Amino acid sequence: METYTLIVLLLAATIRVATPLLLAALGGMFSERAGVIDLGLEGKMLGAAFASAAVAAVTGSAWAGLGAGILVSVALALLIGFAGITHRGNQVVAAMAVNIMVAGLGPSLALAWFGLGGQTPQLNAPSQRFLEITWPWAEQARATPAPGLLYAELLSGHSLLVYFAAALVPAAAWVLHGTRFGLRLRAVGENPAAVDTAGLSVNGLRYQAVLISGVLCGVAGTYLSTAASAGFVRDMTAGKGYLALAALIFGKWRPYPTLGACLLFAFTDALAARLQGVALPVVGVIPVQFILALPYVLTVLLLAGFVGKAVAPKAIGVPYAKED
Amino acid sequence: MNVVPVQPPGEPAGPARNEPPALELRGVDKHFGAVHANRSVSLTIAAGTVHGLVGENGAGKSTLMNIVYGYHRADAGEIRVHGRRADFRRPHDAIAAGIGMVHQHFMLVENFTVLENVVLGAEGGRWLAQGLARARAELERIARNHGLAVPLDAVVEQLPVGMQQRVEILKALYRGAEILILDEPTAVLTPQETSQLFTLLGRLREQGKTVIIVTHKLREIMAVTDRVTVMRQGAVVHETDTSATSERALAEQMVGRSVLLQVEKTPARPGGVLLAVKDLEVRDRFGVPRVRRASFELRAGEILGIAGVAGNGQTELLEALAGILTPTRGEIVLQGRNLVRGRVGPRERRRLGLAHVPEDRLRMGIIGDFTAQDNAILGQQDRPAFSRGGFLRRAAIAAACEHKLRNYDVRPPEPGRLLSAFSGGNQQKLVLAREIDGDPQVLLIGQPTRGVDIGAVEFIHRQLVALRDAGKGLLLVSVELDEILGLSDRILVMFGGEIVAELSRAEATEQKLGLLMAGVKEGAA
Amino acid sequence: MSAPGRLPRWADVGLLPIVSLVAAFAVSAAIIAAAGENPWTALRLLAAGAFGSQEAVGYTLYYATNFIFTGLAVAVALHAGLFNIGCEGQAYLGGLGVGLVGLALDRHWPFWAILPTAVGAAAVFGAAWAFIPAWLQARRGSHIVITTIMFNFIASALMTYLLVNVLIKPGQQSPESRELAAAACLPGMRALLAPLGIHLSPSPLNLAFLLALAASALVWVYLWRTRWGYALRTAGKNPVAAVYAGISPSRVTITAMLISGALAGGLGLNEVMGVQHRLLLDFPGGAGFVGIAVALMGRNHPVGIILAAVLFGGLYQGGSELSFDLPHLNRDMIVVIQGLVILACGALENLFRAPLTAVLARRPQNEAE
Repeated sequence: METYTLIVLLLAATIRVATPLLLAALGGMFSERAGVIDLGLEGKMLGAAFASAAVAAVTGSAWAGLGAGILVSVALALLIGFAGITHRGNQVVAAMAVNIMVAGLGPSLALAWFGLGGQTPQLNAPSQRFLEITWPWAEQARATPAPGLLYAELLSGHSLLVYFAAALVPAAAWVLHGTRFGLRLRAVGENPAAVDTAGLSVNGLRYQAVLISGVLCGVAGTYLSTAASAGFVRDMTAGKGYLALAALIFGKWRPYPTLGACLLFAFTDALAARLQGVALPVVGVIPVQFILALPYVLTVLLLAGFVGKAVAPKAIGVPYAKED
Repeated sequence: MNVVPVQPPGEPAGPARNEPPALELRGVDKHFGAVHANRSVSLTIAAGTVHGLVGENGAGKSTLMNIVYGYHRADAGEIRVHGRRADFRRPHDAIAAGIGMVHQHFMLVENFTVLENVVLGAEGGRWLAQGLARARAELERIARNHGLAVPLDAVVEQLPVGMQQRVEILKALYRGAEILILDEPTAVLTPQETSQLFTLLGRLREQGKTVIIVTHKLREIMAVTDRVTVMRQGAVVHETDTSATSERALAEQMVGRSVLLQVEKTPARPGGVLLAVKDLEVRDRFGVPRVRRASFELRAGEILGIAGVAGNGQTELLEALAGILTPTRGEIVLQGRNLVRGRVGPRERRRLGLAHVPEDRLRMGIIGDFTAQDNAILGQQDRPAFSRGGFLRRAAIAAACEHKLRNYDVRPPEPGRLLSAFSGGNQQKLVLAREIDGDPQVLLIGQPTRGVDIGAVEFIHRQLVALRDAGKGLLLVSVELDEILGLSDRILVMFGGEIVAELSRAEATEQKLGLLMAGVKEGAA
Repeated sequence: MSAPGRLPRWADVGLLPIVSLVAAFAVSAAIIAAAGENPWTALRLLAAGAFGSQEAVGYTLYYATNFIFTGLAVAVALHAGLFNIGCEGQAYLGGLGVGLVGLALDRHWPFWAILPTAVGAAAVFGAAWAFIPAWLQARRGSHIVITTIMFNFIASALMTYLLVNVLIKPGQQSPESRELAAAACLPGMRALLAPLGIHLSPSPLNLAFLLALAASALVWVYLWRTRWGYALRTAGKNPVAAVYAGISPSRVTITAMLISGALAGGLGLNEVMGVQHRLLLDFPGGAGFVGIAVALMGRNHPVGIILAAVLFGGLYQGGSELSFDLPHLNRDMIVVIQGLVILACGALENLFRAPLTAVLARRPQNEAE
């Protein structure tokens, strides 16, 4: 294949890999900007992936699956919120607990309900999945490489959820900076006491933030099991939740930079898949593990302040309690 | 304080005829766990006045105001605002009733602009842009009316403290506050900022607002208020027109005893120099100098008092001497050894005979989750008496702790008890016991009797004098003038980070010190 | 931030974890019922599978060995006020150290010389992997929770690379090293006790279990009987007081993480030298995360950690037996229980603390105030 086509296909793969990362990272952004550490992205996504695949398999409707995925993810988010906001428990511990619990719960219920050793039935019918949408004349456009292939591969040919994720970035930016809710959300992540004395409910705002993260993780999980693949399998998030968190930090908790980080991380992933065993000129075979570890290394370097500086919301991870 | 007294307004500032009081409290009661913070407080504040609420730390003033603001809820009692019964469940309700509060620690989002901070919670609609535009116009109007110029688009963390306080006041006014509560508003202000604040408060009163100012600084009460209420141990003990009282009378009411403490002691017989400080400069983490060019000597067998209004560099001086803060220049010489150049840390300094009772003992001096005996070795954990070859000597530690607990009458005298299960006063005594009994050559002691019940004060003072008589050097930092005058053999006054005067005990009087502490040069006195 | 009341110490240490555990098990029972099985039957099978025979107990204690190491690792960090989620990666690297020592020396040195070298390598490799996040936290303020998570993934990538490209036995498909010679293998408990006239059924339980118990004792002595442990706990509880006492919190951060990583590395002894006798992929198998549950349940105390580790060892062993008799259950259910225990013991304590305090407060008390 010629290099140009290769690059376009690589970019198309990047978009597909980036979508669940972006959805989860934007969800995490709302939560963390409100001061609640969102280590639970992984668990919420995984729970939603299972629920949506299971419901889509039973009802035959991808939309019902999406609803179920969101519902489960939101329920998990509320559970973490209940522990970390209402009962002022450790947010990190609560989220890790949910991540671990869900890792076991999905396969357990899959076994109990479908008897299929840790996975849900294959989603074969098109109605059960969020399949690629081909835009008008996309096939014809392929013939002309320069704009045509770009149109066919990058704009056309993605799941509805991909477009949703893309639209979400400006929406999230606008909510955060253009609305009353966004102002309050950012304030509660910086100085909850200021929000409290301004006559607003700190916990109420934090629950709303956690809820949004729940919804978006629900969509992300649904994407994994009904769009990117045809059903749920054990541990199908495979650390994507943590990668999304890394992207959020890498994007300094802001929507557009987070989008950039998701695309960068997704690109490394897509590249690793392409470069598997391929010998490059000069450097030879690059071990894929090095490329796969790159996002984590970059995030550590960023946190260390070696590449830019990520300043977290000031009140992050601290449960709010009034002073005596 | 160098304060411009507010001119008495042309018309009587007292209650207008027939107008109900702005705020009326009846029988307000509040517990925090075992602490009885407010004991059946009743209080009436007339509309259009500046009312002072004074009392020592922990007298329950802030709690009471937080109840009025709806931040805490009273266990019992009644609140009336402009004659109407109020039941505030949260600050929102109080704000709606026209009450605004400026907290001691500002409630600002530091990385927001002034405008964003002011509108937070009162944005005037779902979409920010319109709300902010409307707020801007309104704020410009308010700023003009009250002479409260604030740069609306500046980010708060870049503003000086006095300006941040104006933002807080603006916040309250923007929400239509008729009653403005200020909790210790001058604690962090420079004298200039303080007088600007008081001018502003006077203007607010002229426009019919009611101002409640919570403070423990009596000079300010005298300068700015119409009427004053004194609280002690959670209850109201005295209420009077400001014109009918004096600082001394208020002080006696606050403390609940005749003020000047008499400490039995013989004249000092100072020996050789134990601690010499030369040209010391300490900066905070923002690079602002907190101690400027301080030089003094502490001799064996004397108590050297450092007087000053809180926040004039005493805390930083103490912490630099103890090795917690690193000075940016100057020398600290302890018995001939230069501690700064030698980069001698707190542990090493203790070994050299320097003990330190920190001002904020409950934060810095103890660990609530540890037992009393583990607390009793804090900072001394590697002394041979308590550890050998790295291993803690448990039996010796427990025995030494029990000895301290009994000597200092800490109750109950159980070394194995968690420290958080002791009362605050008993925790304080344990810290004092630890540091005084550690056989120091030099004792740095900050606010020795803060938070200690009156019975223990005398005991502690006797211990300090006994330590002096044993030939040790004591550096005493206290914001309580009486304590300084009662204990010190020699007195330094700090103002704005500088040591502005040195007085012998004989030449020091309360008035003289007061002026020096307010930054008035001796010549002017 | 004092709670409205105070729970007596015995209740805080003993009762609260049990109440939390019961709550976690109650929810698990509900899930098992929802999966269509009888919770009581499951519990009986679980108990029998974990403790019903000598062999079962052997397996249980073999799992517990891993959990003691990781539980201690999490606990030491928590005492210093640090949350080390990176035990999984540190254990992985610790195992690498053990494996490298074994591969290098097993044909040259006798067992008695290899053992201390391997113990040292496990500790040094584990500690080294913890050092970077620790240093970044202490010197540059990088959030250690995030960096240790990142280091888990980096460890995983590194180990995959090494096994696939470097350490793989030539001419073999699966990414595993060659098998270690007997001189680099830990003796099984059965072989150890046979000379004493005690005859055990075969099980993977090996010398590493005794090393784990020894590590527990050392951790206890270190934390509560030495001045370094005192410094560590002081900095963890109140960093301001630590500075006042001449203890450097950043130095404590680094020391605590080094010890934590070294302890996590101990898992490598059990897995690589004790059972697998080779290096292979993913041998920590999530034990680093079980360590969080074990530390939280064991109240960060070695005795509690041993008890909790045995409980989780039992769950893991019994869990793998479950699926033989109950078609609708498998080992995954154990992971669910694990998550619920972390939630109940670690994050929802206050949920149980308030009612428990209220109940206990009704009894007469002789408080000072």
